[in-house]
Amino acid sequence: MAHDATMGQAEAHYTTTGLDHRKILMWVFLASDCLFFGALISTYMVYRSNVPVGPGPELFDIPYTSVSAFVLLMSSLTMVLALAALQRGNSRQARLWLLATALQGAVFLGGQFYEFNLFVDQGLTLTTSVFGTSFFVLTGFHGTHVAIGVFMLLTLVGASYMGRLKPKHHLTVELVGLYWHFVDIVWIVIFTVVYLIPS
Amino acid sequence: MAMLGGLLERPTGTTGIWSWLTTIDHKRIGTLYLVTAFFFFLVGGIEASLMRLQLAVPDSTLISANIFSQLFTMHALTMIFLAIMPLSVAFFNWIVPLQIGARDVAFPRLNALSYWVFLFGAIILNLGWFTMTAPAAGWFAYANLTNTTFSPTSGMDFYVLGLLVLGTSSLLGAFNFVVTIINLRAPGMSLMRMPIFTWMAFITSFLLALAMPVITIGLVELGFDRFFGTNFFVFERGGDVLLWQHLFWVFGHPEVYILILPAMGIVSEILPTFSRKPLFGFPVVVFSGLTIAFLGWSVWAHHMFAAGLGPVPDAVFATTTMAIAIPTGVKVFNWLATLWGGNIQLKTPMYFAIGFIALFTIGGLSGMTHAAAPSDLQQTDTYYIVAHIHYVLFGGSIMAILGGIFYWFPKMSGRMMSEYLGKWSFWLVFIGMNMTFGPMHYVGLVGMPRRNFTFPSGMGWDLWNLVASLSVLFMIAGVGLFVYNALRSARSGEVAGDDPWDARTLEWAMSSPPPHYNFAEIPVVHGRDALWEQKYPDEEHAAPPPVPAGGAHEADEEHHDIHMPSPSYFPLICALGIFALGITLLLYQMAAPLGYAAGVIGIILLLWGSYGWIFEPTD
Repeated sequence: MAHDATMGQAEAHYTTTGLDHRKILMWVFLASDCLFFGALISTYMVYRSNVPVGPGPELFDIPYTSVSAFVLLMSSLTMVLALAALQRGNSRQARLWLLATALQGAVFLGGQFYEFNLFVDQGLTLTTSVFGTSFFVLTGFHGTHVAIGVFMLLTLVGASYMGRLKPKHHLTVELVGLYWHFVDIVWIVIFTVVYLIPS
Repeated sequence: MAMLGGLLERPTGTTGIWSWLTTIDHKRIGTLYLVTAFFFFLVGGIEASLMRLQLAVPDSTLISANIFSQLFTMHALTMIFLAIMPLSVAFFNWIVPLQIGARDVAFPRLNALSYWVFLFGAIILNLGWFTMTAPAAGWFAYANLTNTTFSPTSGMDFYVLGLLVLGTSSLLGAFNFVVTIINLRAPGMSLMRMPIFTWMAFITSFLLALAMPVITIGLVELGFDRFFGTNFFVFERGGDVLLWQHLFWVFGHPEVYILILPAMGIVSEILPTFSRKPLFGFPVVVFSGLTIAFLGWSVWAHHMFAAGLGPVPDAVFATTTMAIAIPTGVKVFNWLATLWGGNIQLKTPMYFAIGFIALFTIGGLSGMTHAAAPSDLQQTDTYYIVAHIHYVLFGGSIMAILGGIFYWFPKMSGRMMSEYLGKWSFWLVFIGMNMTFGPMHYVGLVGMPRRNFTFPSGMGWDLWNLVASLSVLFMIAGVGLFVYNALRSARSGEVAGDDPWDARTLEWAMSSPPPHYNFAEIPVVHGRDALWEQKYPDEEHAAPPPVPAGGAHEADEEHHDIHMPSPSYFPLICALGIFALGITLLLYQMAAPLGYAAGVIGIILLLWGSYGWIFEPTD
């Protein structure tokens, strides 16, 4: 009885919906995060064709960014495989898929870093024009999300090596997965709005 | 403090300073919020009093234009972000878990983090007072008044960083309460059996979770402009100054409902208790609240009628704004109908609740007059708007909050506040508020502009400004008496017992103050007004002598072993990390090494705090 009354070990508990608290928390956070991106994307939409000085969207290399976008999208697949492996009880395989997901995220970040450098060399910086400002802040904000995701994935990989990520912790992996898929979906929107739709 | 291996033992003390610094009990966190926010309410009141002192007579030179701008900016920011919002959150913390039959919120440590981040955000926002360079561009901070040319001091930096940190706190709190209310209701408590205050807390939490991100992005953009030389609001480089207004008010109007919905919830608890009948039209009140929250997203540009958006947007936003009056009016009629035919007990909380209805209705009606765009163009930037906002926020929110403190004080402290002093403080505040803000309607309509540090004589404004300024004394006396009453009653007030008001909801089912685990046994709920049904199973309106409710006292002995999670150091450590990161850019501007030091310390604290948090044993 006493043990049942402990909070924080949500899985052992009565909850009104039957869902774990942490899962609802993640969904509410993601709903909130939509508004963060919504406000930034709106800013970009207002400013995208406003290039009074310096280079504009002609800098975009769509094939190059498509490749890095493809890598990021594929990382959602390995994320699903990681969760599936852990749910089957195969911790070792889950660790490998988590590592693969983190690596793909890192490849995307490397691609973004390279792209940013290229643009700066060609004269488009954070402060050149309102176009540069809104482009770098929007894609940088998304890149920060990816970096935090990679950080969480590597934490899971590390915990797994130390034997602290067991099949009973599948919810933790699922939550990181929810976040990861969300970041991917947002990139589909940003990629379309920023790169594909001509201004 | 054992720090071996980077992990701290969970603290176990229940008294002394460390028990407060590490507490994760929702009731103690509620008390921390209440005391801190009430302190800032007094600070905001001092700022307002100084402004009234300056405006008492024409051509006054007591306070300079610069200081006056800082005062009106900080008065608004303090009252909105550091007083009314956290006072509402204090009630969420104290009351919501008790009303839904829970032992704590869903994430007790996150709850503690919200409080500490709030406290540090409040400190950052107020840092400017130490150098007399507080924010001075108004709480709305319109671009391009906020750029480094027109706001060269650090004032707007405190604004940006302070509000970013405060927004973090609000978001964490909102997430926590959404999950708590969705997932920790006692068995049988369906959504439509949920007490009305919890409903309003639920709606408010959703509004916070969705509105804070918009202002956060606006602040990030403004911060980039000020710290990194970007061009979001730089007109010469293609920036659009109206974009700030849109981002600000898309947040700012839902924010208005964030400030008033909890107050409506408090009043909707007090009225049925002291009318001894159920809330009239409970589902309608709930759906009105939902409608207000939903429509609240479609009215933001009524703050921008004077910005020249054009006749079509103005007409659309005027219409949606008037539409919001419908669910609001429905609520007012529901409150009146709750009183109708009730066995009304005129205790002090009831005074504040009825005062709320009257004053909020006046504020709502003046709001309707500036929902009409042509009429609003005459009122924009005059004292008429100041009168309106104080009738809804002081007459509305603050009246309800004072009533709520009086109403729940016995539950929180175990003792009653003095009725005699309570009624005195009500009348002083009520008279003072009407005589201060009432005349502002008139001086505004005859043309007195707001936010000016002085005014010339001979415009017909002298008399009413003097009346407004003198009447502040009534409010000071009323609020002072309220504080004295609370402090005295907390020590030597009459002992309250479990259920002094013979109330209707579950927070009155346990001892006062409640045991740390709240409910010895999680109650099973069979209807709305769960406690009332327990006490009076057969009759709906009758009021026989109260019978002891629940079995909390008898069960105490057997439930010593109810195990609640231990306190934790990590919320405070994380909050200190966020604080260090919050002041990093400020210190960097003073001296680069200081900035780097703060940044590194902040990251280390945040990493240590979050990893410790994640791997902390659960008991």
